Amino acid sequence: MSHHIVETQDLHYTYPDGTMGLCGVSFRITHGESVALVGANGAGKSTLLLHLNGFLTATQGGLRIGDYPLTAKNVKAVRRSVGMVFQDPDDQLFMPTVFDDVAFGPLNLGLPEEEVERRVMSALEIVGVPHLKKRAPYKLSGGEKRSVAIASVLSMAPDILVMDEPTSNLDPRSRSRLIQLLKSFEHTKIIATHDLDMALDVCQRTIVLHQGLITADGPTLALFQDEQLLARSGLEKPLRMQGCPVCGEWKERDHGGYRKGAEAGEA
Amino acid sequence: MANIDSGFLQIGRMDTLAQGKTWLHRLDPRAKLIAVSVFIVTVVSFDKYTLSALIPFFVFPAILVGAGGLPVRFLMARVLMVAPFAFFIGIFNPLLDRQTFFQMGTIAVSGGWISFGSIMIRFVLTITTVLALIALSGFNGVCLAMEKLGAPKPFVVQLLFLYRYLFVLTDEAIRMVRARSLRAFHSKTMGIKTFASLVGHLLLRALDRAQRIHLAMCCRGFDGRVPMIKPMGLDWKAVAFTVGWCGLFILLRFYNLPLKLGALVTGWVG
Repeated sequence: MSHHIVETQDLHYTYPDGTMGLCGVSFRITHGESVALVGANGAGKSTLLLHLNGFLTATQGGLRIGDYPLTAKNVKAVRRSVGMVFQDPDDQLFMPTVFDDVAFGPLNLGLPEEEVERRVMSALEIVGVPHLKKRAPYKLSGGEKRSVAIASVLSMAPDILVMDEPTSNLDPRSRSRLIQLLKSFEHTKIIATHDLDMALDVCQRTIVLHQGLITADGPTLALFQDEQLLARSGLEKPLRMQGCPVCGEWKERDHGGYRKGAEAGEA
Repeated sequence: MANIDSGFLQIGRMDTLAQGKTWLHRLDPRAKLIAVSVFIVTVVSFDKYTLSALIPFFVFPAILVGAGGLPVRFLMARVLMVAPFAFFIGIFNPLLDRQTFFQMGTIAVSGGWISFGSIMIRFVLTITTVLALIALSGFNGVCLAMEKLGAPKPFVVQLLFLYRYLFVLTDEAIRMVRARSLRAFHSKTMGIKTFASLVGHLLLRALDRAQRIHLAMCCRGFDGRVPMIKPMGLDWKAVAFTVGWCGLFILLRFYNLPLKLGALVTGWVG
């Protein structure tokens, strides 16, 4: 038995206004895997994430978390094992102080106060911000808010971590700190992101979504080398895999942008 | 960037003040809340022409501000900012109530002026005390104290959420207003059409955010209750504080100290 498996079968979802969100998505993510969910805007990433927590119910197809299919009856149990980190930390940090916020989940699980305090402090220590426990969330910086948002999920000891754009709005230093943190987690991770460099660092596997369909599913590095696939899915290679504008290996793009260092000098 | 912290009431600074270390800060918020409530009820319960009996009540906010190490100018500036509300409530009294109350030399002071003065004194007393309470316990501390004292939980949770998202919503509104003014080159005032659209958008954004927050809460097992660990200890100091101050307020309510003192002094002089 494993609680860490996420499996979807032919998942379809149509929004009430008739917009197609997902058009038959199937994948199986196993224990300890770290998977990036990439795709252009409107590809269906967020819609898919909302299914993993039972907020949206598929119009067709099914979803299994752990050993059980996700139904209205076991949605609470599923939410306990799937920790979701939202894109905007202000949505996630709603309690008066950082401590109260991180304690919210464990207290709802009905844990005794000593255990809650232990979990809160341990979660805050993992993300490196125990000194913020008495602060009000609105007074934190963007990076601190993100760390606390992750701690608020970790304190519930979830089996699966689901994150929506974890590196958005972070300065470069906070971003690399977060990447190191994510790499240290042993949970099953599903990360929806536009930050393909981060995906390359954190996720061994990538699922590419395009217009509600999976266009590719495989090892991250291999997929990101396939320029045609990326172009078809409205994506570009991670910056790190593109040429360097200084040493002259940068390819001039048909849409403009940088030119080769030497040519730029001549112009 | 202008935000709620640098603007109107500087609510954020109140929270910073609440992190002070004086004995008044450490005192159980419930004790302070009860004392302040009794204070307000007592001050408001006086007759509308009362002036002198209100003066001794200044001792309470003075001690809160003094012993709590609160910045007097900052608090006074906040009181002045809301003063127009009280001013306009009372300013018509001198026009409506022209009956001479007493004669000061050749000047006849009407009842209207007395009641106007009384309103302003009560206003300064109550607002200063409430601001001092928030600056000593923090808004959250006051809310938790209310809950511990039996206020309905949904009401307290509403207040906590209001406070938490006041900052987010104000920042959002300020960004929208700035975006408008950057593209409105000549008009300084906002037309009713623009205003309506701006408020409408703000409402829609707030609704969207509310939905996302609800999702986040459900993710962490929300079932209608908002649980919190509240370390509050009611010790003898808190009890003494509450009983002492409430006793004094009630005493001052029924015993006009300045009048008695005046009688004593004039009697002694005479």
